[in-house]
Amino acid sequence: MSQHTLSVLVENKPGVLARIAGLFARRGFNIHSLAVGETEHNDISRITVVVDVEGLPLEQVTKQLNKLVEVLKVVELDAASAVQRQVMLIKVRADAATRSQVLELVQLFRAKVVDVATESVTIEATGHGEKLTALLGVLEPYGVRELVQSGIVAIGRGPRSITDRALRGA
Amino acid sequence: MSETQAAPTPARLAEQARAKAPHEVTGAQSLVLSLEALEVDTVFGIPGGAILPAYDPLLDSVKVRHILVRHEQGAGHAAEGYASATGKVGVCMATSGPGATNLVTALADAHMDSVPIVAITGQVASASIGTDAFQEADIRGITMPITKHNYLVTDPAQIPRVLAEAFHIAATGRPGPVLVDISKDALQARTTFTWPPRIDLPGYHPVTRPHAKQIREATRLIAAAERPVLYVGGGVIRADASEELRQFVELTRIPVVTTLMARGALPDSHELHLGMPGMHGSVAAVTALQKSDLLITLGARFDDRVTGQLSSFAPEAKVIHADIDPAEISKNRQADVPIVGSCKDVLVDLITSVDTDIDAGRGGDYAAWRERTQGWKRDFPLGYSESESGSLAPQYVIERLSAIAGPEAVYVAGVGQHQMWAAQFVQYERPRAWLNSGGLGTMGYAVPAAMGAQVGEPDRTVWAIDGDGCFQMTNQELATCVINNIPIKVAVINNSSLGMVRQWQSLFYDKRYSNTDLHTSADGQRIPDFVKLADAYGCAGLRCERPEDVDDTIRQAMAINDRPVVVDFVVHRDAMVWPMVAAGVSNDMIQVAKDTAPQWDREESEALPQDQDADHSEAEAPGEPGEGEDN
Repeated sequence: MSQHTLSVLVENKPGVLARIAGLFARRGFNIHSLAVGETEHNDISRITVVVDVEGLPLEQVTKQLNKLVEVLKVVELDAASAVQRQVMLIKVRADAATRSQVLELVQLFRAKVVDVATESVTIEATGHGEKLTALLGVLEPYGVRELVQSGIVAIGRGPRSITDRALRGA
Repeated sequence: MSETQAAPTPARLAEQARAKAPHEVTGAQSLVLSLEALEVDTVFGIPGGAILPAYDPLLDSVKVRHILVRHEQGAGHAAEGYASATGKVGVCMATSGPGATNLVTALADAHMDSVPIVAITGQVASASIGTDAFQEADIRGITMPITKHNYLVTDPAQIPRVLAEAFHIAATGRPGPVLVDISKDALQARTTFTWPPRIDLPGYHPVTRPHAKQIREATRLIAAAERPVLYVGGGVIRADASEELRQFVELTRIPVVTTLMARGALPDSHELHLGMPGMHGSVAAVTALQKSDLLITLGARFDDRVTGQLSSFAPEAKVIHADIDPAEISKNRQADVPIVGSCKDVLVDLITSVDTDIDAGRGGDYAAWRERTQGWKRDFPLGYSESESGSLAPQYVIERLSAIAGPEAVYVAGVGQHQMWAAQFVQYERPRAWLNSGGLGTMGYAVPAAMGAQVGEPDRTVWAIDGDGCFQMTNQELATCVINNIPIKVAVINNSSLGMVRQWQSLFYDKRYSNTDLHTSADGQRIPDFVKLADAYGCAGLRCERPEDVDDTIRQAMAINDRPVVVDFVVHRDAMVWPMVAAGVSNDMIQVAKDTAPQWDREESEALPQDQDADHSEAEAPGEPGEGEDN
């Protein structure tokens, strides 16, 4: 099983996300992560989807996505030539005795504390999978009370833009 | 839609003639005007609350004929029959909620078989959407997986554009169903109608012209092949590429198989036509694919009913796969040469390219292979055994129907044994003469689809070849046919059973006939009596129970043209469809009759006995065949 990150440019219309989610569900493609938002063009949305597939089914995934009328473009972003980021908010148990240790870990991982209470701190961390997993690992002993994470977003390195080309092709 | 400044073509002139200056109308009028501008001549449908506003201007339209059906599923299949027989987009209409959900089966059917239809449904008023209002159903959400595309329109100004896009999407690329759901308030509101609208589909660019490099690659494989087979699917019919196919076959002299969806793409009388491949294919067609070293696949999709166990399908063959839908290529079987394009354009380019090879003396030589395939065709013709005690063999009925009604008629089947016999024993000589539900396998398709075909082709004889089970699912459309002068003919192949299921129970479930007896003819019961049923509808009803009466009965039916005819052919219930490859096993294990492999003269006997229903076991290994189980 390997993971692939796809950037899917779609028309910004109601129901597009449902179409894409439905397509993945009925074709048995596994979604690992999903993130959606408008692009610099307000009529185009960008869906970043990380799928678990073997080689051949990935071709099916992109072909089936391309068949959707509202899909403008599908680009696979490989890890080496793209920046991938995910945001995680972690509420950790931290009282007067442990708070300084927790804050030290936050420093080490270049994360941020976004909320403090007498019994807990809430940490915001941004990064890619491994770093976040490692942070979570060291926080676990203190007691993770609540965890929420965003989908992964990704963008290709260098000056080229995939949205420019999508618009020109339209 | 680029604004090219080309010289006025006839199409462009016609478009200009149809162009309408902006004027104020209701959304409903805008819908009807759009349908007129799109040259829709027939709509099959049923009114109801949410679609009601649309039916008012429809009453005044002199261009659009609305045919009131008795069930929305009938409207959907009628639109499919119309589209499949004529090549034009079929149209059906229904109200919100149950009206719309009743279209679902037909939409799924059209989606599987690439039939261009547009379904227009009413939706509750936009302010009520999402409140579980009376007759509200999220038909757009429901039909997302079974339409090529669908729309929800709540702004009346969008109606012309959405209709134009819907017809464009349905008819171009790989054809398919498009649903347009319009809220009641959008139909009632005032709006401006302008034609033609501006189509805005930035993500829709079907490729029809094949890539020259792929054509060269394909040509090279064709020249190098020793045992090529043309594996022809329904895409050739949808693309109107039969003439190009014939030219290609004449040029290359490569043997041809036509799938269930492609019957008639090449005349059955053509010497190089080996018949239908697949689960109930001819021995010649199935074996040719298995022994081939090159499949030239045109508009076919390696369906499990064709390939059997995929891993052992055509094991020695390289694959050229041409399809207008890139997602079909290498979906089931990896293609060596993928070609994205319409079958028509692909064949035109292949003809030019292969012709050049032949002129240069580089053409392939398939004479020895041709001889082998012709040998299989000679040695294993389709056949059936006469049933005992003078009862009627269903295959005989269909054979005679074909002989008497001829190749110009349209044959429309339901799903099951009668469908397979109709695919096998009717001689198809032209495309669009054979309509059936291939992918979805929708029982009940025949009567309404025949109705649609008859409306589209009023001068042809249209025969529905139906089963007694299928016929009971949709025969209410006989009322529609009688009232609207649509004189279809229905041959009910009445074996008093859900015949195909019964056949599987005979073969794989120890003759335990669980819930397959329909009591429509066996043991003197006729529930219902199809002749009386026909009579009740105002159709002509005939019955035939003896072989010696078959021809006369068919001729009698052929002579009646002022109303539909239903013929109850009471046939032998134990007749089975042969040849057969059991589901999920290798096509090498084809049987020509129960536990009977073809008797090969040569040393190619790989056919082995089989005794299981592997349809639902996904395991690629079919167990150990030939363990001596002998039932």
